[in-house]
Amino acid sequence: MKERLEELRNEALEKVKKAENVKELQDVRVSYLGKKGPITEVLRGMGKLPAEERPIIGQLANEVRESIAKSIEEKQTQLEKEALEKQLREETIDVTLPGRPNTVGGPHLLTKLIQEIEDLFIGMGFEVAEGPEVESDYYNFEALNLPKGHPARDMQDSFYITEEILMRTHTSPVQARTMEKHEGKGPVKIICPGKVYRRDTDDATHSHQFTQIEGLYVDKNVRMSDLKGVLNTFAKKMFGEDREIRLRPSFFPFTEPSVEMDISCKMCHGEGCSVCKGTGWIEILGAGMVHPNVLRMAGFDPDEYNGFAFGMGPERIAMLKYGVDDIRHFYINDVRFLKQFHHA
Amino acid sequence: MLVSINWLKQYIDLDDITPEELAEKITKSGIEVDSARPIVDQIKKVVVGYVKSCEKHPNADKLNLCQVDVGDEELQIICGAPNVQAGQKVAVAKPGARLPGGMKIKKTKLRGVESQGMICSLQELGIDDKFVQKEFVDGIFVFPDDVEVGEDAIKLLNLNDTILELELTPNRSDCLSMIGVAYEVAAILGKDLKLPEVLIDSMNEDAADYVQVKVENPELNPYYGAFIIKNIQVGPSPLWMQNRLIAAGIRPINNVVDITNYVLLEYGQPLHAFDYDRFGSKEVVIRTAKKDEKIQTLDDEERTLKEDHLVITNGKEPVAIAGVMGGADSEVSQETTTVLLEAAYFDPQTVRKGSKDHQLRSEASIRFEKGVDPKRVKEAGLRACQLLEQYAGGKVLSGVVEFNELEVIENVVEFSSDQINQVLGTNISKGEMEEIIARLRFDYEHKGEGFKVIVPTRRGDVSIVEDMVEEIARIYGYDRLPYTLPEGTGHAGRLTEQQQLKRNIHRYLQGSGLNESWTYSLTTRKRSGLLVSPEVKALNPVPVKLAMPMSEAHSHLRLSLLPELLASLQYNIARKQADLALYELGSVYINRKKGLISLPEEQLRIAGALTGLWMNHPWQKETKAVDFYVVKGILEGLFDYIHLNGVQFEADEVEGMHPGRCAVLKVNGETFGFLGQLHPSLQNEYDLKDTYVFDINLEKILEHMDKVEQFVPIPRYPSVSQDLAFVVSEQVSSSDILEVIKDAGGSYLQKVDVFDVYQGEHMEKGKKSIAYRLLFQNPEATLTDEEVDQARENIITSVKEKFHAELRG
Ligand SMILES: [Zn+2]
Repeated sequence: MKERLEELRNEALEKVKKAENVKELQDVRVSYLGKKGPITEVLRGMGKLPAEERPIIGQLANEVRESIAKSIEEKQTQLEKEALEKQLREETIDVTLPGRPNTVGGPHLLTKLIQEIEDLFIGMGFEVAEGPEVESDYYNFEALNLPKGHPARDMQDSFYITEEILMRTHTSPVQARTMEKHEGKGPVKIICPGKVYRRDTDDATHSHQFTQIEGLYVDKNVRMSDLKGVLNTFAKKMFGEDREIRLRPSFFPFTEPSVEMDISCKMCHGEGCSVCKGTGWIEILGAGMVHPNVLRMAGFDPDEYNGFAFGMGPERIAMLKYGVDDIRHFYINDVRFLKQFHHA
Repeated sequence: MLVSINWLKQYIDLDDITPEELAEKITKSGIEVDSARPIVDQIKKVVVGYVKSCEKHPNADKLNLCQVDVGDEELQIICGAPNVQAGQKVAVAKPGARLPGGMKIKKTKLRGVESQGMICSLQELGIDDKFVQKEFVDGIFVFPDDVEVGEDAIKLLNLNDTILELELTPNRSDCLSMIGVAYEVAAILGKDLKLPEVLIDSMNEDAADYVQVKVENPELNPYYGAFIIKNIQVGPSPLWMQNRLIAAGIRPINNVVDITNYVLLEYGQPLHAFDYDRFGSKEVVIRTAKKDEKIQTLDDEERTLKEDHLVITNGKEPVAIAGVMGGADSEVSQETTTVLLEAAYFDPQTVRKGSKDHQLRSEASIRFEKGVDPKRVKEAGLRACQLLEQYAGGKVLSGVVEFNELEVIENVVEFSSDQINQVLGTNISKGEMEEIIARLRFDYEHKGEGFKVIVPTRRGDVSIVEDMVEEIARIYGYDRLPYTLPEGTGHAGRLTEQQQLKRNIHRYLQGSGLNESWTYSLTTRKRSGLLVSPEVKALNPVPVKLAMPMSEAHSHLRLSLLPELLASLQYNIARKQADLALYELGSVYINRKKGLISLPEEQLRIAGALTGLWMNHPWQKETKAVDFYVVKGILEGLFDYIHLNGVQFEADEVEGMHPGRCAVLKVNGETFGFLGQLHPSLQNEYDLKDTYVFDINLEKILEHMDKVEQFVPIPRYPSVSQDLAFVVSEQVSSSDILEVIKDAGGSYLQKVDVFDVYQGEHMEKGKKSIAYRLLFQNPEATLTDEEVDQARENIITSVKEKFHAELRG
């Protein structure tokens, strides 16, 4: 009987091994381990055995049963796994097909630049100040040392609405208004971004509406070298650490001394090329020490306080930094333009 | 201002510096040099030639065959100019010469006869037509007799000059003169200055016997000097003077006119020469014009004057518009023998007014408008007398007949060297400062630790310490300023709440798929009143129009961002961009009074316009066009993101909008915007297909926003959800039912969502079914079935009662 059991075991294991699917495996289970199966039959015939052999055969029969069952189970797991693998392979998709679009929009280039500049100056302790775009002649001109009839008013032909009210021609009135609010006490440390308007015919380089960012720092003992240091920090952060700045004397009615700041040309590194018109330098902004008349009119004592101011045009900076070739792009909103600057 | 380097060399030694280096130095010291360019392009081998004979070309009627002596040889040259004659001294481009524009001169044959070079016109030598003397415009240039044959014509005609173009800021009108530029350059280079000496041989006769001067408005004309020069012979001015005028961009006319122009350029003082015999009287009367008074000006235009124009008269009628232009009647001509020369100081604003009204901006008016140097007015007159004596045969009468109430103010500025160093952040020694002041040729005295500077009148722009700071800094050099950072008390910068909100809104809308746009604030009259949000309209805004718009397109201030935003959609659609989602954050301008008395209220708004597909994923059949609920969803998400709670969307009609697809937005009972579909007729006007817009008031958001963020414990007990579907009349709005559900649902009702809306088959006509999913939760304990059932029953009863609703299956 012992031999018979071993024989059954080998036979069954062989069949398990050969089973190709769950059904065949099931057949093996039924035929060998079922109630009518050969092992049961062997056990039934155990009565004929001597008593001392019975437990040995019984144990062996159980062992055979278990090893067959175990092998079936293992095989079953293996077959199921294979079946699953097969099924998954049938579920293969084309990973190269396009995904469901998750469209994000993005900022306008001017907003992006203005925020970048704001953040740069916030980092240097400035606050962002805003003011009306429709201004009084007083804040737009007079408070900035540009009395009526001043020849420099020619420089900025303006959109008047009435004799006393106009579209602001620069964001400087925000400086005057902010200083007034401080009632003669410093420090005032602001930058003023915003829209401004001038009587220009729109073309590739002129726009009747554009933006400006001006900065103002009024305190005790402000030095022109501070202005140079702050502008240098700004220029390097904004345009690259390898860029140099230079200040050139200039004239603005609201600052004295007045300067213009150039940065070294990115293209030629100061050698001179077509981008910088051969000079090696590119004009970026105007600046200067706040004119005592401006301080006085805004309620500050020029003997106690002084300050610096600067102003720049984000459109111009965008045109330089990104090579935009026509200022009208900023106001037409061609999505093919807008989307070029959406990347983080 | 155009500056001839050759002319400048008369005042300063510039031999050791190239024009380019000089331009760079001037720019860095304060006056921008726009360009430094040769007066003409590359030119070589042009000499003076003497036309020995001039005959007709044997084979061509219009050509002449000339034998020309050029000093070292004789050339046979064929010349087509109508004015060529034997006996002339002319400019000859010899074989091997190069002319501007790259033309190379070679021996050549013209109609079978050899030509060994070219006799040149000034144009061929690179001089612009408009500067060429009238008599030479249509032919070759003829030298005066006193030039040597074989001499270098390039030098004689000043064609080796370099011109600096100065871009002058309004404060530096002192450099509208060659002498002013010479002062500036001398200061920059630290060089000596050699200025013209004015010496005149006056006649015994008194000018006062010839003319009287009367000024009626001294405040407009504080100085008027009249000089009389007799014996004038009008003719061409000397070649060197003509050359300098051409270099400065002025066409030579005759010696008298050229001399006044020359002195204008040299001293910055405009002068006017009248023909004394045609002046009309012996009296110069300066007064304001009478209303509608007329004058025929030099350019042969008849001009009507206004009462605020200043005129020079002969006591009867105007003979010149002061500082702007002379009259035709008293113009100097070939026949003039006696000249009445005017040197005056006119009020800058009056001249500006006159030149603006007559649209006459002349070299003279530009200088008067800026204010001329009061100390040089008379001197300039004397200089002109000297030149008339030298180059027009003039005899100058003794004395200047003048009216003089001109106050000559010399600004005095006192400062210490510490003061300057403090402002600049420098350590410039007192000695170096003194040297700079001396180089500027300002008078000064030492005073304590600093200086007392007496500023010359030519530099009227320097009047306060800050001006001296600039003068010292620019000569010292801004390059030498150190880089420092402000030492002031520490000061933290940050965005205000509103600025932060703006950035958050940008971030949200961009993340939601909208593209930020910028449109113009100025629009057409029609668009300025289009699609105005109801709460703005309720203020009855009065349109604001520019006094002098450049065009109708940008004539009015906008009251809504939408009309121009829609124009941007239209622009894109015309360029085959069909699926668009744009938004803008910007101001509208609300004026509530007729006529703009005070500044309009500027209100920040945020508007969007969407059209085409919102989602386009065709291969998986997921394609969604923009509709009302897309836009509403964007706004709901926004309000959630920025903590604006309790916003209500109420169906309402807004002009320009689809009457059945529009909602106004309210928070705490206040309207703050609207959304919906554009009215199809407006869509048509913009060539748009279905387009949805929104427009909201950002300031109202800020006002009603929930600013506190506080932790709420995460619920620990399970929630229970229940679905209810009601059949109601299609007139009933979902939000009304929602309100009733919320009221009746008890305190455990946490959330109600619509999950289905049905209308159509198996539904009675005029009815619809709306299904809600209710979420109950008790934060303190597990809810019992009884509690939930009770709440559910309450809701059903209330909804049935309020809306004649039926509970659906
Ligand atoms: Zn370059």
